[in-house]
Amino acid sequence: MAVDKNMKVLIVDDYKTMLRIIRNLLKQLGFNDIDEATDGSMALQMMRAGAYGLVISDWNMEPMTGLQLLREVRADPKLKATPFIMVTAESKSENVIAAKEAGVSNYIVKPFNAETLKGKMVSVLGEF
Amino acid sequence: MSGRAVDKDLALRLEALRRDLGESVRIDQIADVVRAMLTGMSGDISAADLKLYHELESLAIYIHKARAEIASLRPREIQDHYIATATDELDAIVDATEAATNNILDAAEQIENALADAPPDLAERLSSVTTQIYEACNFQDITGQRINKVVKTLKDIETKVEALVAAFGPAIRAEEDHDRGAAEDDRPPTDDDLLNGPQLPHAASRQDEIDKLLASFD
Repeated sequence: MAVDKNMKVLIVDDYKTMLRIIRNLLKQLGFNDIDEATDGSMALQMMRAGAYGLVISDWNMEPMTGLQLLREVRADPKLKATPFIMVTAESKSENVIAAKEAGVSNYIVKPFNAETLKGKMVSVLGEF
Repeated sequence: MSGRAVDKDLALRLEALRRDLGESVRIDQIADVVRAMLTGMSGDISAADLKLYHELESLAIYIHKARAEIASLRPREIQDHYIATATDELDAIVDATEAATNNILDAAEQIENALADAPPDLAERLSSVTTQIYEACNFQDITGQRINKVVKTLKDIETKVEALVAAFGPAIRAEEDHDRGAAEDDRPPTDDDLLNGPQLPHAASRQDEIDKLLASFD
């Protein structure tokens, strides 16, 4: 099934500059319905208020981290099926294992390029 | 003075310290007690007393030397000047790189907005270039996180220095002040003193202030 590029995408990062970079890269890939949150708790509120087809989240944020957000999402029956990509500078294997155990759909290490972002999105959502 | 008498005297002095100052007794005050006891020892001294005497004396000398060495490192200066300045400089780097990154992104977005007016071939090439710019701007996030880690480490060091100064008490400050007074005189600044590097934004002179200063020589 073809990916609907009109889906709502939520990007979560406490660095406004990073939100801007990811937004611009997503727009270049044809995704224009993009919302932003600056920590996990804000993202969770937004997810409970609207249906998102994909979440791209940083890990290291306060007060709620990306990992905590992921756990909350996977524990919520209405949200648990949402594709969730972690984009983070945390590159230790223990981080990747913890994210995988929490149910992450895919994992991107910063700094990343547009090709990696697209590749991970394709692996999660399918070809577009 | 027998070993038992020494124990009793020591216990009495420590009890007096506890009574006056509570459980938190500064190291220099303990050194004072040790010194007073050593001075007060007289009469018949047994071999055990003598051993204790020497050990206490060594301890007093060690504490005094350690205090002097720590004071010579000027822990207050490390805390109040060096660490504070370093963290301010690092914060300024984060702010400056963030501002520069946003300026670069502004320019890239303007190029992207103009793509609709460009011939398809050129538009495709420019789009590829803007992608590379976005990718390159990733550095700011990573740099910021690395610098914040360094700032946190510096703050941990600051806390440990503070604990050290608190443990050795006001004697450290007195010795530091004495050392500083001896080192600082009214000598004119050397060329090295003038090498301060970029100033933090709040301390930097604006171009118009510099122009005014230059004009004051005319």
